[in-house]
Amino acid sequence: MSENKELVFCRGGGCTAKLGPGILERVLSRLPKGERDPHLLIGYDSHDDAAVYQISDNLAVVQTLDFFPPMLDDPYTFGKVAAANALSDIYAMGGDVKTALNIVCFPEKMDLNILGAIMQGGAEKVQEAGGTLAGGHSIQDSEVKYGLSVMGFVDPHHMYANNTGQAGDVLILTKKLGVGLVCTANRVGEASKEAMTQAVDSMTTLNRTASEIMRRYPVHACTDVTGFGLLAHLHEMLDGKLAAEIYADQVPRIPEALEYADAFLLTAAAQRNRNHVGKQVRFADVPFAMEELLYDPQTSGGLLMAVQKEEAEALVRELQAAGLPAQAVGVLKAAADTEITVYPAKPR
Amino acid sequence: MITVDARGDACPIPVVKTKNAIKEMGGPGEVRTLVDNEIAVQNLTKMADQKGWKVSSRKIDEDNYEVTMTVGETAGAEAEEAPEVCQPDARTRKTVVVIASDCMGQGNDDLGHVLIKSFLYSLTQQDVLPATILFYNTGARLTCEGSPVLEDVKSLEALGVEILTCGTCLDFQHLKEKLQVGGVTNMYEIAEKMLKADHVIRP
Repeated sequence: MSENKELVFCRGGGCTAKLGPGILERVLSRLPKGERDPHLLIGYDSHDDAAVYQISDNLAVVQTLDFFPPMLDDPYTFGKVAAANALSDIYAMGGDVKTALNIVCFPEKMDLNILGAIMQGGAEKVQEAGGTLAGGHSIQDSEVKYGLSVMGFVDPHHMYANNTGQAGDVLILTKKLGVGLVCTANRVGEASKEAMTQAVDSMTTLNRTASEIMRRYPVHACTDVTGFGLLAHLHEMLDGKLAAEIYADQVPRIPEALEYADAFLLTAAAQRNRNHVGKQVRFADVPFAMEELLYDPQTSGGLLMAVQKEEAEALVRELQAAGLPAQAVGVLKAAADTEITVYPAKPR
Repeated sequence: MITVDARGDACPIPVVKTKNAIKEMGGPGEVRTLVDNEIAVQNLTKMADQKGWKVSSRKIDEDNYEVTMTVGETAGAEAEEAPEVCQPDARTRKTVVVIASDCMGQGNDDLGHVLIKSFLYSLTQQDVLPATILFYNTGARLTCEGSPVLEDVKSLEALGVEILTCGTCLDFQHLKEKLQVGGVTNMYEIAEKMLKADHVIRP
């Protein structure tokens, strides 16, 4: 790849560029809300990934957007990752993608072929999602940023909020953790080729298959794991009403990510996630690197589902049969003093 | 003692530079790393804690933090007094900032106006923000039309900081119609906010 076809890294690309959850919450909690529209099913007061607006008895529109600076130096792959990440919010709701609009920030002086490659990658993912890329908006900016605004459909009787899990549910994660650590290591030239390949494969995989399989099971809640990392997204899922146990040995991960954490190739975002939910988390004799993995910000991460206990095994098996590295990583419990407890292994 | 300047570097670069310096040192010793944000301090501290090295950190000013670690056998060789540690995240603490004048410090008012302007701008750049800022006496001018810090106060409000100006002070200075940002408050609430705060800061 010629030098001018490469993207320049930003201070932290992908979902590591997200604003810290603590700061965000302060601002959001003070915004004026206006009157509640009864057709707005999700989005008025939850921390959900998308807004859902009901338009008839069995049809609701899901609306979402996501964009960020590059976390990879190949523009085409970056486009695919950014699109897969934006589309994921629809899948977390249990919806189907219909249309998408490009969101583009691009320096005027940069080679336009780079922009072409980014948008090519994005367009391919929208197509794979079964949607239509219907336009977009471009802004001149000092740094590259790309993403999508996405519209999808969902049946309001069969959609998934992130905070409707039930005590006893099994938590299933459908992708490997560690893409934040691997991309960070890659940025300083420390990531192995194998680790980077795994991270890119994971980030460019749509959550479509996982979402479509999920709909056939009694799943009570779902969210996608992105910039806040597994533990902060789980914290939102618990919503002050539940507690959870996580079994570290069950968590799917890119193996090298733990090595990079042990080498302290840590992101600022992971530390912000730790500052945000650390007080609610107890690690029961879990190695440092595993702690970091559970706080690791994910770009285009997997779905985290809360499924009725009896069906969990069958759901994991079907997800795995579809080629996904899904695992049952923990359980939901009744609310307790310690909101999240991480054990080294699943009890026998 | 080796000094590593990692100001302007995003994580994980400060850690990487510090590790390289320690490697070069080749044995026990002290390494001082300069960084420009608190998250980098926390990530460096985590490394030292994991390695069992003695570590201390200190905030010099808004953009300058210093992390000192003693690499080697174990800590305790020198009974060095630990400087102010900036590790714990103070976001959940309730800090109230009181702006009692449109001047910062006493002695020279022209200088004071410059300082207060710079103070409010610097507040907007902090990772940890106060919960509330109270404006009273001539401080009330700063939330009104013509204030040189209006944009900064507005940004603070947008970042979630509660902005309150004393109503009596607005009346007294005929500024009631000119308030541009935040809410109006009374002495009861001012007293209550101060009493309930973990820290009250008056620049």
